[in-house]
Amino acid sequence: MNIRYIFQQEKTRRQALVEGTVFPDSARCVQCGICSFNCPIGINVRSHAWCGQPIQDSHCLTCGECINRCPRGVLSFVRTNLYTRQSQSG
Amino acid sequence: MAPMTDYLIIGSGVAGIAAVDAIRSQDQRSRIILISNEREGFYSRPGLAYYLTGELVEADLKPFSKQIFDELRCRCVHAEVSAIVPSQRMIQLQDGGQIPYKRLLIATGAQAARMDIPGLDSKGVVKLDNIADVRLIRKLARRGKRAVVIGGGITALEIVEGLVANKVITHYFLRGKRYWSNVLDVTESRIVEHKLKEEGVKIHYQTSLERIFEKRGRITGVRTQAGQDIKCDLLAYAIGIRPRVDLARACGLEVDRGIIVNQHQQTSQPTIFAAGDVAQVYDPNTGNYVIDSLWGLAREQGWIAGLNMAGANQAYMRGTPFNVTRLANLTTTIVGTVGKGQDDDLHGIARGDSEVWRQLPDAIAVQSDFEVNHIRLILGDNTLLGSIIMGDQTLSQPLRELINNNVPITSIREKLLEPNAPLTDLIIDHWTHWKSSHAN
Repeated sequence: MNIRYIFQQEKTRRQALVEGTVFPDSARCVQCGICSFNCPIGINVRSHAWCGQPIQDSHCLTCGECINRCPRGVLSFVRTNLYTRQSQSG
Repeated sequence: MAPMTDYLIIGSGVAGIAAVDAIRSQDQRSRIILISNEREGFYSRPGLAYYLTGELVEADLKPFSKQIFDELRCRCVHAEVSAIVPSQRMIQLQDGGQIPYKRLLIATGAQAARMDIPGLDSKGVVKLDNIADVRLIRKLARRGKRAVVIGGGITALEIVEGLVANKVITHYFLRGKRYWSNVLDVTESRIVEHKLKEEGVKIHYQTSLERIFEKRGRITGVRTQAGQDIKCDLLAYAIGIRPRVDLARACGLEVDRGIIVNQHQQTSQPTIFAAGDVAQVYDPNTGNYVIDSLWGLAREQGWIAGLNMAGANQAYMRGTPFNVTRLANLTTTIVGTVGKGQDDDLHGIARGDSEVWRQLPDAIAVQSDFEVNHIRLILGDNTLLGSIIMGDQTLSQPLRELINNNVPITSIREKLLEPNAPLTDLIIDHWTHWKSSHAN
């Protein structure tokens, strides 16, 4: 690992953040709370799933832990295409 | 007597909570009281399976803090209701109290059906209905070495997997030749059984319980009908559920298997509503009244009941029953009608179950397997009737939408029936085409 790698990681994370968000499919959710329990920074992912709203919390790392841990496939990463549009226009 | 309550809700499951949410969307002022005989109030009942496996801690089962109930101005009361008196519009509590109401919702849910066998009240015999049951199973599992599980459907499997996760040697008795035979097909049952065996579960086919052995009130083992004795410290049963209809029946409401409600979730008494596992709802597709034990449908019913209690005029349009669960560590989606007949391990309906899933008419099933990913489609003449998706869930949403909306599949039907048909591609293409034409 070097500084370049660390910067690259940070760039990838920011890119992921603007490219998409974690989105719940409320019909699949039973509010078990595994998503919130496993979120490394304590976002209440479950409440977003109750309301059917994307996790648009600026602290979200888009690490995918909630997506991977959900036993019912409620959460997925949905592309917003913001980054793509920005880079095309820029 | 307590002051008049505008909205009284019995039961703190998801149907009751959805009703509170709906009432507050219409009416900010009136008094709401939510009565529960469980001290814990609202928690995720399906999440109990993950508390049992240790994937969650108990505190995390509760989706809403006290602050949220305060903001909703919903008073939560821990009490046992002993009677409903519709003529006086009030309920009586076991402690002698009385609460009058303007509108009442019965959302009392369902409870595990009891087995008819002596010794069922011995220490070490358990079911999986509520938080207290999970606490007990975890406590027994810490001390116990061997367990026997009896029953079928999702709950029996949740107990089996919970015990395995707690390192308990687990024997699973199946009365029939395979697991959940009236919902899963042979391949799907075998996939689940194979995964269980890989986890070390000892499955006993065509085996039923003859006798429970106990010593000083504590279970020590069981005898099968074939005469085999198995030592165990824990016996768990999940042979189905029974809607909690006693209060409704005693006060004269129309009750069949559940409380009969119209499409406004209204019972035979116009001021009393019912929703969730306790309600028997009208199914417009068949014209029958059916029971579902599904979180999503309970939430929908509770929401509709709440709106109508607050004066709206909203009909419940029962959608295709749908559930996602984990069977032997495989995420599994069940939607529409997928099976038929009886399952020897269940009496009636189980949790996470719908009566509609086993009303399969004559239809053709096509399936595709790749290791643990398995898809089964039930084709009607013109539409998809149902589907089971195990493992990879890519097709879950497309299939749910195609089935729910009765989308014609005549253009791909022949292709789906060809040997080794590329099901995924055909379904995704058809769904994408339907979505784009639907959007225009």
